[in-house]
Amino acid sequence: MAPNKDEVFAKVQEALVDALGLDDDEVTANATMVGDLGAESIDFLDIVFRLEKAFAIEIPRSELFPEDILTSADYVQDGKVTEAGIAELKARMSFADLSKFEQNPVVQEFGNLLTVGDLCRYVETKVGTTD
Amino acid sequence: MRWIWIDRFTAFESGHRAVAVKNVSFTEEQFDDYTPGYPLMPSTLILEGLAQAGGLLVGEHYDFKERVVLAKVGKAIFHELATPGDTLTYTVVIEDIKPDGAIVRGTSLLEGRLQAEVDIVFAHLDDERFQGVDLFIPEEFSQMLRMYRLYDVAKDSDGNAVEVPEHLRAAEREVYGV
Repeated sequence: MAPNKDEVFAKVQEALVDALGLDDDEVTANATMVGDLGAESIDFLDIVFRLEKAFAIEIPRSELFPEDILTSADYVQDGKVTEAGIAELKARMSFADLSKFEQNPVVQEFGNLLTVGDLCRYVETKVGTTD
Repeated sequence: MRWIWIDRFTAFESGHRAVAVKNVSFTEEQFDDYTPGYPLMPSTLILEGLAQAGGLLVGEHYDFKERVVLAKVGKAIFHELATPGDTLTYTVVIEDIKPDGAIVRGTSLLEGRLQAEVDIVFAHLDDERFQGVDLFIPEEFSQMLRMYRLYDVAKDSDGNAVEVPEHLRAAEREVYGV
């Protein structure tokens, strides 16, 4: 049976506490991975390993980190993601709330977007959480 | 001084686990200035030895074609001090490995006691950003593996001996003629 949302959050929280050396109460659903929790690029590799193990899932890099879109001349102009690029990101990352990013889609800001809640929703889609 | 912090491999199971020994000797330079009068093996160098053993285990899994770098030390606990005359036995185990990198768990034993335990994340430098960058000179790297006696003990998952990859052999042939 797929884990429920609380169980997913608990495991994601544990992975982030261990990977980033945080206290439980710092890892809230609204916390951003980079800005609030201080995750650096190399931490994401560690986090992906931990989540894959905790949930017995495979996490292709491009699903969580759409670098191919963010570096594509088809989707980026003058350092900003185009409308077509936003549509592509939304299709790829249905678990993330892109509404804020849409207002000022500067590529460099994208790394600051992902929250703990987004990560949980991503895992929920992978493990089939329904409640 | 060579930046080599393991003496040799005593076991090497491709893609899974390796054991290496490190004999701590008073002739090593770190004892000149580190805690003078009370010779201690710096824990950072024990970590380095574990990372070298682990990095080679990870690298061998991809025939030493990936650029493997130590990315992060998730945990490093040292339970006991090591001093000249000690033999440390390092065991490294791949917890997980994928094209992006690997997680390795390492332990150091001193006379059978747990001396240190570490978790290390290794990353593979990607071709996109590091095209043309070699971390090692192939023929020298291959010689180093031989000096570590890696191929004397290395086995694959079926128990068959692991051979020196052809690209390293070719580099040795070209430069050393053997």
